[in-house]
Amino acid sequence: MNTIDKSMALTGQPPQNLTLGQKLATLLGISGLGILLLAVFNVSFPNKGLWLSISLAAIILGTLWFSWEAYANKIPGIKNDGVWFKSISSRGLWGWVAGLALTGFYIVLYFYPEYLGLTGDGDNKGVIALFDPLSKLLSGNAASQWFVYGTLYTVAILAFGIKFLWKYRHNRYERLRTMSVMFFQMAFAFLIPELMARLNGHKILNGGSLPYYDLKNIWPLNYYNFEGYRIKAFLSSGNIGFALLVFGIVSIFVITPILTYKYGKRWYCSWVCGCGGLAETAGDSFRQLSDKSLKAWKIERWVVHSVVVFVTLMTTAVIYSYLGNDTSKYWLTKSTFLIGVGILLTLIFGWIMLFKRKQLQKDAQYGAIGYFVIIMALIGFHFFSGEGYVFLFKSETLRKTYSFLIGSIFSGVIGTGFYPIFGSRVWCRFGCPMAAIMGVQQKLFSRFRITTNGGQCISCGNCSTYCEMGIDVRSYAQKGENIVRASCVGCGICSAVCPRGVLKLENGPLEGRIDSNQVLLGNDVDLMSLVNQK
Amino acid sequence: MEHIVIIGNGIAGVTTARHIRKLSNKKITLISAESEYFFSRTALMYVYMGHMKFEHTQPYENWFWKKNNIDLVHGYVDQVNPEEKVVTLSDSTSISYDKLVIATGSKPNKFGWPGQDLDGVQGLYSKQDLELLEQNAPNNKVCKRAVIVGGGLIGIELAEMLRTRNIPVTFLVRESSFWNGILPSGESQMINEHIMEHHIDLRLNASLQEIKPDENGRVKSVVIAETGEEIVCNLVGLTAGVTPNIDFLKDSDIELGRGVKVNRFLETNVKDIYAIGDCAEQHEAIGNRRPIEAVWYTGRMMGETLAQTLCGNPTEYRPGHWFNSAKFLDIEYQTYGWVFPEKTKMDNEMHFHWRHPHKKLCITIAFDQSTQIFLGINTFGIRMRHEIFDRWLTEKRSIDHVMAHMADANFDPEFYRTFESEIVSKFNVQFGKNIQTQKKSLKRIFHIA
Repeated sequence: MNTIDKSMALTGQPPQNLTLGQKLATLLGISGLGILLLAVFNVSFPNKGLWLSISLAAIILGTLWFSWEAYANKIPGIKNDGVWFKSISSRGLWGWVAGLALTGFYIVLYFYPEYLGLTGDGDNKGVIALFDPLSKLLSGNAASQWFVYGTLYTVAILAFGIKFLWKYRHNRYERLRTMSVMFFQMAFAFLIPELMARLNGHKILNGGSLPYYDLKNIWPLNYYNFEGYRIKAFLSSGNIGFALLVFGIVSIFVITPILTYKYGKRWYCSWVCGCGGLAETAGDSFRQLSDKSLKAWKIERWVVHSVVVFVTLMTTAVIYSYLGNDTSKYWLTKSTFLIGVGILLTLIFGWIMLFKRKQLQKDAQYGAIGYFVIIMALIGFHFFSGEGYVFLFKSETLRKTYSFLIGSIFSGVIGTGFYPIFGSRVWCRFGCPMAAIMGVQQKLFSRFRITTNGGQCISCGNCSTYCEMGIDVRSYAQKGENIVRASCVGCGICSAVCPRGVLKLENGPLEGRIDSNQVLLGNDVDLMSLVNQK
Repeated sequence: MEHIVIIGNGIAGVTTARHIRKLSNKKITLISAESEYFFSRTALMYVYMGHMKFEHTQPYENWFWKKNNIDLVHGYVDQVNPEEKVVTLSDSTSISYDKLVIATGSKPNKFGWPGQDLDGVQGLYSKQDLELLEQNAPNNKVCKRAVIVGGGLIGIELAEMLRTRNIPVTFLVRESSFWNGILPSGESQMINEHIMEHHIDLRLNASLQEIKPDENGRVKSVVIAETGEEIVCNLVGLTAGVTPNIDFLKDSDIELGRGVKVNRFLETNVKDIYAIGDCAEQHEAIGNRRPIEAVWYTGRMMGETLAQTLCGNPTEYRPGHWFNSAKFLDIEYQTYGWVFPEKTKMDNEMHFHWRHPHKKLCITIAFDQSTQIFLGINTFGIRMRHEIFDRWLTEKRSIDHVMAHMADANFDPEFYRTFESEIVSKFNVQFGKNIQTQKKSLKRIFHIA
């Protein structure tokens, strides 16, 4: 019904054209990217350190300048004017161009790093060589395609993080959360692992080498953490290596459940996680593109929980493949490991079925199917697998398939490349096994909920529109029902954009956490109690 | 099977239909000329502002209606014939009913101003109004200035909308301060300031004398009655309140006042015909409420109530404690209970007002001077918990109790700065008390013994 034509402007709709400052800022940012692109095409820069600095500075300053122009002179408040008129944020031409460019970048990064200048042996070329000085400064080693990616990723989170801080400067929850993701990306994902690499070969590691380890990257998001080569590296690196391995296990079985119980999975997904961090900062302009239909929710549940089953099987198979059979050599053998996994899963599944069945309703059937598949497979491993084989597949094949399909295609190419098409949390919603596991816990056993403020909802739909996880928040709010959804990452934007102060993210008692009312607060009290009786 | 026909698919009509469906298998037909599917009227502004697309304003997916066996008819009801129990649409189809629910909402007020029907003069209520606005004011080249007449909730929304497209806005408010027929002066003053802060040309004590046409019959300018000033403009927004949309009932036997007259059971004078929502007028006002309540929430509550009656459980419309909310540009407003402005408040109604020294935050709390019972709160820029205030009103808590437990009522997002101690210390000074603020208690909030 809008008579407005979608504009080709990156942001801004006539009469809100880009300001002169924003045009110059765009030019600055693009020129920074341009330097990287020239490097890709093997233009040789004389002083690589200097040119890399110029390039990254131009990208960061361009983004900041653009954002400053956009928000500085406005009164603090919700800044969604024209979101659906702008080509870039409403699946217009620029949206598709950006989507294709990002997707292309990921395909090259994952599958053709030689085009970025990776030579395998000998010195780096191209854009990877441009990053050598920075990499040497941090870890002492030459750059890889992953270092290039990690640097750009961190730059994106920092620059767009500051944009987000300005955009939501009236909202302390959003500000603190964003500072948190910026910190964890900068420190944990980027600097610490690079600096830790300097310890490799050092005597405090007993001369061993630690694997590259982003400490906040927890299994099963970090699906490769327990692969043979990493375990060897951990175990060969003295007490520190062993401590890190223990930390990796403790973070799955102790830290994650406790924090998710207390605060919901938001403690991770929108405060710590790097995937979430990128989605919340660089992806913020695309959050409204997520699909809110019931159908999408159904697909989401099947897909994401299948990934959980897949990653559990894959990891079990991988660990199984390098364990031995001889109890005298090491207490953990192939069969004790399988039995252990089986018991653990049975305990979890049994607990859910016994105590939480009511909250699961028919989803329980799907849970049962998933559980059954895993247990059967475990039995299968035991009886039908030979050395290094799981059924007929090599465990290595299973691992490679997961790494290709889920690790690369899903989380990278689709998850991030398609930001401008499917919204910013496609990976987190449909693919991330870590989010799925914490989601089950959030739904069944957590103090977190989004409280609906009595009868104040006017069904306007801002909350649903801006939910990056595709939750139809309004459908709960307009019933006076609290929002307790497995997929909610607690970004808090629904609460921020609500014009009537209806939604509040909070941690409270489990009792009465979900309450659907047919008649809402504010009506005849007798009618309310009559109708709401269940 | 009994056939229930509902005219109007706004919040009142749709709530009725949904609740009837929950309670029964009756045949339900929803008729609307405005839109094919239910949408949230309050969200129309966000479509013009580019925050949402129109489909985002629809709370239910399109398959919802068929799945729940609610028949939708897209048409305009011309006539109601109570004797034959038939409604006739403008395309001459007729639909017979067993029970008829009138939920046709409102239309913008026009007070007979000269030029009020010119091209470029419009209200803002319906989907069609929004479409018209896209034509009249797509950008600041077509619409070089807009004049808004009427300082209420729709007026300020329209001003906000137009400002997102950088259209200069002159805002004529008849009263001496924005919405001061509803708001106490401190609050009204803060909103005045906020309006001007958004570069809206706010004219207080200014009412419309006439709208002048150009040679093509389009609006050319408006003249302000008090000063005689003429303001050249391309759009005039008439937002001086709304009135029930019931012209099509004039020749029926249904008793009409300003709205469709109903009793407490929401029944009209004609058997099997009911009216709810904006278009219903109570014979006698309920408590401090107005006989016609053109509010989203009351429309919904009437729908919840009427569905009971229609499904065999005759139920009076007895709304609970008054509440409402709105947003004035960037400032959210909520109200629980009653706070009246200086002009209309009773002698025993005492006010305590607190305003933040530089942020746009304030509250006004009303209480009874003699009994000290808490009467209501207006809150601007600080979200409050509906459930807590509803409980305090029911329990007839004292102002001292409310002051001491303010932290329980706060509904702002986590980590927001709170102002309970500032508020209470001002209260203590002003009323010579010594109330100590209690810490927020989850046990009290969530009612855990």
